[in-house]
Amino acid sequence: MKAPRPSTLAWLALFALLAWPVFDWAVLQAVWPADLEACRAARGSGACWGVIAEKHRILLFGRYPYDAQWRPVLATVLIVAVLVAGGLRRIRHGWQVGLALALLVAAVVLMRGGAGLARVPTNQWGGLPLTLIVSLGGTLLAFPLALLLALARRSQQPFLRGLATVYIELVRGVPLISLLFMAAFLFPLLLPTHLRIDILPRVVLTIAGFAAAYLAEVIRGGLQAVPAGQFAAAQAIGLTWRQSMQFIVLPQALRVSLPALVNSFIGIFKDSSLISIVSLHELTGAMSIALGGDADWRSFYLEAYLFIALIYWIFCFGLSRCARGLEARLRH
Amino acid sequence: MISRSLHTLLLLGGLLGASLTAPVAHAGKTLDTIKQRGTLQCGVSTGVAGFSLADSQGRWAGFDVDFCRAIAAAVLGDPNKVHFVPLNSQQRFAAIQSGEVDILARNTTWTLNRDGALGLSFTGVTYYDGQGFLVPKKLKVTSAKQLRNAEVCVQSGTTNEKNLAEYFRGIGVKVRPVVFEGFEASFKAFFSGRCQAYTTDISGLAGVRNKEAPNPDDYTILPEVISKEPLGPAVRRGDDEWFAIVRWVPFALIEAEELGITAANVDKIRAENKDPAFTRLLGSGEDTGKNLGLDKDWAYRAIKSVGNYGEIFARNVGPESVLKLPRGLNNLWNKGGILFAPPVR
Amino acid sequence: MVRSARQRLLAFLAQLALAALIACALAWLGQNVLDNMRERGIRAGFDFLVEPAGFDIGEGPLAFEASQPLWRAFLAGTLNTLRVGLPAMLLASALGLLIGLGRLAQHPVPRRICDALVETLRNIPLLLQLLMCYFALASLLPDASHALAPAPGVLLSQSGLFLPAWRCEDSCGWSWPRVDGFGIDGGWALTPEYMAVLIALSLYTAVFIAEIVRGGIQSVSRGQIDAARSIGLRPAQVLRHVVLPLALRAIVPPLGNQYLNLIKNSSLAVAVGYPDLVSVANTSLNQTGRAFECIVIVMAVYLSLSLLTALLVNTFNARVALRGSP
Ligand SMILES: N[C@@H](CCC(=O)N[C@@H](CS)C(=O)NCC(=O)O)C(=O)O
Repeated sequence: MKAPRPSTLAWLALFALLAWPVFDWAVLQAVWPADLEACRAARGSGACWGVIAEKHRILLFGRYPYDAQWRPVLATVLIVAVLVAGGLRRIRHGWQVGLALALLVAAVVLMRGGAGLARVPTNQWGGLPLTLIVSLGGTLLAFPLALLLALARRSQQPFLRGLATVYIELVRGVPLISLLFMAAFLFPLLLPTHLRIDILPRVVLTIAGFAAAYLAEVIRGGLQAVPAGQFAAAQAIGLTWRQSMQFIVLPQALRVSLPALVNSFIGIFKDSSLISIVSLHELTGAMSIALGGDADWRSFYLEAYLFIALIYWIFCFGLSRCARGLEARLRH
Repeated sequence: MISRSLHTLLLLGGLLGASLTAPVAHAGKTLDTIKQRGTLQCGVSTGVAGFSLADSQGRWAGFDVDFCRAIAAAVLGDPNKVHFVPLNSQQRFAAIQSGEVDILARNTTWTLNRDGALGLSFTGVTYYDGQGFLVPKKLKVTSAKQLRNAEVCVQSGTTNEKNLAEYFRGIGVKVRPVVFEGFEASFKAFFSGRCQAYTTDISGLAGVRNKEAPNPDDYTILPEVISKEPLGPAVRRGDDEWFAIVRWVPFALIEAEELGITAANVDKIRAENKDPAFTRLLGSGEDTGKNLGLDKDWAYRAIKSVGNYGEIFARNVGPESVLKLPRGLNNLWNKGGILFAPPVR
Repeated sequence: MVRSARQRLLAFLAQLALAALIACALAWLGQNVLDNMRERGIRAGFDFLVEPAGFDIGEGPLAFEASQPLWRAFLAGTLNTLRVGLPAMLLASALGLLIGLGRLAQHPVPRRICDALVETLRNIPLLLQLLMCYFALASLLPDASHALAPAPGVLLSQSGLFLPAWRCEDSCGWSWPRVDGFGIDGGWALTPEYMAVLIALSLYTAVFIAEIVRGGIQSVSRGQIDAARSIGLRPAQVLRHVVLPLALRAIVPPLGNQYLNLIKNSSLAVAVGYPDLVSVANTSLNQTGRAFECIVIVMAVYLSLSLLTALLVNTFNARVALRGSP
């Protein structure tokens, strides 16, 4: 074995210098049980993970009625199961897609109530299930629109193409926040008084409209990657435009754009944190209701932030691994 | 050819658009909607101690909350048929405009601009307040005039934000506003030391000091009261019947205090007292409810469920509560305050 | 593609129908807006922009106070957006280059550190990072009366970072920050809100830029590098004269996208109370009730900024692309 180079030692020393205080704070000196006195005593020297033990219910589920919180738990499990199955590429056949969608609908019904369960109004939803529902719901709703936009943008009809281009560029040119404010403040003015839509569906629709513009560009990229000869050949054997698209071009285009689609989903998942700005208490917002009103525990914000960040990180990292896997498979 | 087809198109669009346009909602709609829905949608603040605060089980309590419960009792017969929608200062007006809430009971100041330009109508005043400043005692400030170069935390979209600018310009003292969108963010910044002073309505300051401060005794409210902040419920413009109900339920509660009717003695008084002033209010005589589109027991139910104005005040914000606020202006007109209910008849 | 007259007619009719449908939808929505506003007595129009704002804006290059008209508040907000956006672009590019090169380092330790940084930061929402950053600044710094003085003439406290500034009011001269009253007066102030936005925005964008830089450099073929080495250039020279110019061609277009994202992401500033365009618009919206107008202004400004950025990037791109090609 070679002796380590001096530069290696220097690097390791630097690393240790940086990492040691963090390790000391986060593990060695940390307080784990929900013990306020111990946490106060450890202030400045050790982390207070007790704040999570104390507040995990609100952090994870927001203001959802306490006694009914098995419902968001179950809903989260269902959604995560679907995500994992998708990530492991276990959803291939039509019936599996149907089952996945049915599970997602079941998750929403669980949250909302009905079918024998007590109704829980959407403004009491919160935490992780809300993050999942908004980002996944937004993406799924965005997909058909994105497909149409992508096809329209490559269409030979000038009006159609113009329309799609304007929509895509317009939406991509403005920040999501301004669209969310629109959903919160403007949307109600756009509809007649008797048609009232809750803020949650308004926000999900807005996110869908936003995501569609980005997904459309990804799909367009995929369409461009399909050789023109494929379409010509399909037409030559007598398929109509629709058939050629449906059976020949789109399947290939979507396969190519799959990794990028997953990456877009990661983006939307992270962006869903913005809905806390219009007072929907998904993960980020749930944290402020968990600690905001509690003068005792409020000083341990940093630990709560890290906990929430870890949840986001697990999902995003997992998904990005899955995107990378897809990419690697495509190259073969 | 092109211009011709464009013309037809526009015409077609206009026609279809017109035919699709739904008829405008009419007055009286709100009450019907509430009865049909079975719950009152009440917009409250996201958590100001004493006014509207949800506990960890999601049960709401507070001064504003009680007025919503009283209205629910009067209209739906049950003080618990209220759904509370927490709104920050930014969202409150959009929520009432859009019909997301039927009533905004959220320590909101009645101003001409809001009454005129925001599509809502204030129904009256339930709490007479003014704006003040909260400062840490360790700064040893005794007057707002000493706050030179200080940073003042304030919530955006409030009257407080505007008063702050006007007041300090008026007295020629330079301060810097640090403006936050959310209530919680604003006082969190104040308690962490980001600002040297925090400003809002004095009732709000009392809530922030006594409920949110790590140690309330470290903070004090300065003597200056820089504005008039009459706080009261508001409803969406254009529904006079609903407006009248929301205006008269608080009046009935003030009247009840004047007559000495409380939640505890209301049944006894209703059974025994035959004075017309009492029977009218409690529904055992002349029917006052029909003028409002309600039944005759409307006020009885409101009083029975939350008590009279004085009880609501004492329970949530009065000297015995966490906020420890004196009655002051919010006392009856014949007890040194300015609360004055028109005759319930 | 050859298409028959019938097909073309059909296509034309389809487009016509679509146009009609969209026109109808817009007409319906417009009609609703008008009805709703009339019913509730809400006024419309941009005339409110000339009325006095009534609220102060705490910081920014354009001095603003409550008695000035609202349009000026919007202008101050836009300038505040640029005030944090432009420095963030520079910072993000520099950091991105550094981290990108770090990920290509020969040595495993710096490479791992950079890898970890990228994998951590890009998988956590920017909003959360921003809030964390703001909270950390607020809880770590001392209050104004106990301000740190890391260098002469520099003060650092919860009120922000204060630097000496060259000012011309009555006469020109240096303005030194000093503790005065309950805060710090004079000098050039960078508030904690500003610093939090700047730091979070730069770091978050930097990790995406790092990936672009890494990809760009990896796209430079080995042959080019070997050739440069063989004519005796030192590694730094190889990087400076061969690798970076070539990589730039692959880097610039996606870099432009990141700049666009950065400008749009700067709107999150509203979450920590930095008075950027969105925050000013929000306050105005609430004080005047002109939701539609305020949101339209915000979108128009961002759209213009996006177009401008795209234009600049494209121009620059044309130049690098030309210079690099034979
Ligand atoms: N009365 C003032 C201020 C009301 C206000 O928003 N006060 C703050 C501070 S006490 C508040 O209630 N915030 C609670 C929230 O945003 O949920 C107004 O109507 O503009």
